[in-house]
Amino acid sequence: MAEAVTEAPVVAAERRGGPQRWLPYLLLAPSVAYLLIFFASPMIQAFGLAFTSTTGEWGLGSIRAMLGDDRFWPAVWTTVILLVVLLPLQFALAMAMSMVITSRLRGSGLWLYVFLLPLGVSELGAGILWYSIFVEQGWLNTVLQSLGLIDRPVIWLDYREPWRVIGTIVVAEAWRSTSLIVIILVGGLRAIPRDYLEAADVFHAGPWQRMRHVVLPMMRPTIRTALIVRTVLAFEVFATVIALGGTGTDVLATQANRAYTEYQDAHLASAYGLVILLVSLVAVGIILVALPTRKERGE
Amino acid sequence: MQLSRREVLRLGLGAAATGLLAGCALDTTGAPGSRGSDGLVFYSTQLATTEEAEAVRRQILAGFPREVQFAGDSSATKMFDRVRADARAGSSSIALLGALHGEFATLAKEGLLRDMTDVVEQLGDRGFTRQYLDLARIDGRYAFVPWISASYIMAARREALQFLPAGADLQALTYTQLLDWTRAIQLATGSPRFGLPAGENGLLKRFLQGYAYPSFTGGVNTTFASADAAAMWEWLRAIWGTANPQSVTYGFMQEPLLSGEVWVAWDHAVRLVDALQTRPDDIVSFPAPTGPRGLGYLPVLGGLSIPKAVADPQPSIELIRHLTDPARVSTTLRTVAWFPPQDLAAIPGGLPPGVGQEAETLQRMVGTPGAVASSLAVGLGGQSGTYDKVFTDAFRSIVLDGGDVRGVLATQAAALQGVLDSAQAACWAPDPVGEGVCRVG
Amino acid sequence: MTARRVLGYGGAVLLAGWVLVPIWFVVVGAFSTADAVYSYPLAAWPDWSLESMRFFVTSAGVPQALLSSVIVAVLTGVVTLLLAAPAGYALARFVFPGADAYRLAVLSTRAFPVVVLSIPLAVFFLQWGIYDTVWGVALMHTALALPFVVLMVSAVFAGVPVDLEEAAQVFGCSRFGAFRRAVVPNAAPGLAAAATFAVLLSYNEVFAASILTLQQPTLPVFVLTGLTQAPLPFRYAGALFLLAPAFLFILLIRRRLLGVGGGPTLR
Repeated sequence: MAEAVTEAPVVAAERRGGPQRWLPYLLLAPSVAYLLIFFASPMIQAFGLAFTSTTGEWGLGSIRAMLGDDRFWPAVWTTVILLVVLLPLQFALAMAMSMVITSRLRGSGLWLYVFLLPLGVSELGAGILWYSIFVEQGWLNTVLQSLGLIDRPVIWLDYREPWRVIGTIVVAEAWRSTSLIVIILVGGLRAIPRDYLEAADVFHAGPWQRMRHVVLPMMRPTIRTALIVRTVLAFEVFATVIALGGTGTDVLATQANRAYTEYQDAHLASAYGLVILLVSLVAVGIILVALPTRKERGE
Repeated sequence: MQLSRREVLRLGLGAAATGLLAGCALDTTGAPGSRGSDGLVFYSTQLATTEEAEAVRRQILAGFPREVQFAGDSSATKMFDRVRADARAGSSSIALLGALHGEFATLAKEGLLRDMTDVVEQLGDRGFTRQYLDLARIDGRYAFVPWISASYIMAARREALQFLPAGADLQALTYTQLLDWTRAIQLATGSPRFGLPAGENGLLKRFLQGYAYPSFTGGVNTTFASADAAAMWEWLRAIWGTANPQSVTYGFMQEPLLSGEVWVAWDHAVRLVDALQTRPDDIVSFPAPTGPRGLGYLPVLGGLSIPKAVADPQPSIELIRHLTDPARVSTTLRTVAWFPPQDLAAIPGGLPPGVGQEAETLQRMVGTPGAVASSLAVGLGGQSGTYDKVFTDAFRSIVLDGGDVRGVLATQAAALQGVLDSAQAACWAPDPVGEGVCRVG
Repeated sequence: MTARRVLGYGGAVLLAGWVLVPIWFVVVGAFSTADAVYSYPLAAWPDWSLESMRFFVTSAGVPQALLSSVIVAVLTGVVTLLLAAPAGYALARFVFPGADAYRLAVLSTRAFPVVVLSIPLAVFFLQWGIYDTVWGVALMHTALALPFVVLMVSAVFAGVPVDLEEAAQVFGCSRFGAFRRAVVPNAAPGLAAAATFAVLLSYNEVFAASILTLQQPTLPVFVLTGLTQAPLPFRYAGALFLLAPAFLFILLIRRRLLGVGGGPTLR
């Protein structure tokens, strides 16, 4: 199978800067053109919508309406908090799953299948599923009560306890979206040369030391990719948030969605879209700065 | 191992292909790419849930000589966009529209609907209720044919009834009694058991616009920030304290009623009927409460209309004839629990228990002395979503976030005036109907 | 050593439970009567009522929606791969200025929320006459899958040894001939996996699909959009009804999916 290599091997001819210098750009062209049509053009149009009002005149009306909403800043903070709590948890979980898959335990195919199952669950489906677990007369209370841990059903989805609600959303999202990270991490783990691990064994490194000094440094580029992919996608999540938080807990994406479906205000929705774009780019920037990769050998 | 898996994969693809062919054989007319077929497209924002759409396709449309494709999608935004695009293209892919009165008002204002006056006159034998015919008349002519109707009522689990305050009549509660009742339940059981559909798909906004505001203030827009309105919000804040906090996630109240998370609830009749049908002995329906200014309620009317861009309206008119036929009306009532816009006595056959209970409740509510019917918000055009936002925002700020009532109302009143100004909308009942743009009070 | 293995199995079982138990709850809900679903405490074992499942299996719109879903997913997989393969090859085999910028730019397109993006697209699609067609949805899904698939495909190509390609060229193949004879056969399983990733993404995507369709909904749109407003037993049944094909698909491609990980790194 495809062994992962973290740097592009260069075909000899290209090193000399041959006549095919333009070839890579030609190869990229179709995808760039496609994304220009299907992302850039609607995105520019959405920018236009964000800077016009419902009556069609240019201005900051929609932006001001967004900033003036009492729920704007809470939504920003919840979005950020959700991400900050979710990501580490999810990475720990994904790392554990990847270790199981790449270890020499029996039935690794089965473990693999089970861990990838949530890939087949859409956001909306996950919302329905986890709502039935956390709802007052739901599975969690059934289990806790039968174990004698509580005497009466607890209302978990109580918007007055923001941390509780955020906790349920984190759990649901960790369940749903960890599989994607597992896929990326397993590839990275497999790419670690056996010699390194064996060397660690020779020096009697414990599992923790092995993890800290061999595995994690080698996985750095992979982890970075996984982090960026997950961060970008996390800002878009709204169906699980709506299912569990209802109208009591907001993130930017729920506000954007509500602006369009409920208030039928494409201008406001676009303004929120703009903010989400900005926040994601800032987050990706932070990841890039916080996890620099070493200059690669031979370049 | 590897090889066999590849074979499995190939088998799987084969199966998918067979499924594909089977799909074609089953329903070639509906297959993608065959949109030019002569099936009529009936697009409706109502009856759009999986269950309802299934009933429309299998039972309500049964017996119509031509093939009809029913497309149900509850998003009004999508319908507007589609009808507008069709009008621009000059030909309509939609033969018949099913929508709510307010949605038609938006389309009629933009001149996108056919004048339905001739059809309404042809259907004189259907016996449409006067009140609904009046609602269907927009700018002096009929914009749609009345089709289905409903309203919002209340329902409770039977075990809640023992906590009714002394002297209270379930069929004629006041808002104060309702609050005392839900408080008593909370005190006795230790759990908040009142419920409002405040979730993403919930219709709480209609409770505010059609029930709480008219009942407490006698108006909506003109009394938006009045002293009476402040009293209403204080009442709402108090009763919200006895409501299950999960209310912010509830769309339809029938489920929490059935599960017992909520004992007393307000919602659209159609969104309660499942509870009343499943457990007719355990769940009772009753009219909305009466406030200081009477019993405000909001009728809901759905209708049928034809886009102006339809070249040959005759098949569409035939379909309207079919859908408003007494036998079909009876099927509609029985399968999806929407009421006809006619007198129920004219409907053949008896009613299922839950639907029958709702019918009684509705009749009692409308007949209550001091009942004030709100007309549905008209003339807001594309602003109707923003109009609703004012009310849900006020609810969030005052009730969920505990903001200062007067301060919030002052802010939201300005927003409300902005909406009415940009829509150039005149006041509608229960506000005094008049000329010129409605002034927020 | 054995202690470590016990620990390993214990951890594996715990993790598997974390994934499987919630899915079991859906199964129980889907095969329970309405009475059982609305009771408390809930029963851990279903009473195998087929009522709500039968509704979806016999529902009139299902065959057509399934057909739309399959067509959209296959179109998405094919178009995505056609666009991503050249780009991925370029990223894997060449060092050129702008490669990193391209990687980042491509990923950041996904930073704009799908719902907001779908609104202007719906208008374009109406003008182009592909609104409410399988093509419209497939094109949108391709745009959504492309950023990830490009990175995956570049990892796949990076995994094919350069020596093979050079050897082919030494033996007289043209650049393209070498690609066709030496690279494609080796990369095929990985490419197939990347395409199936796009297929899964398309199958699961509901929001753009629901904005862009009316009479040609995909299966998830058909089932899920109606579902958020349906009674509880139907929600479980509908959810399970959607999960089953996806789980079967993952079973078939699970090894392949792993072939794509690893290299899609950003530098």
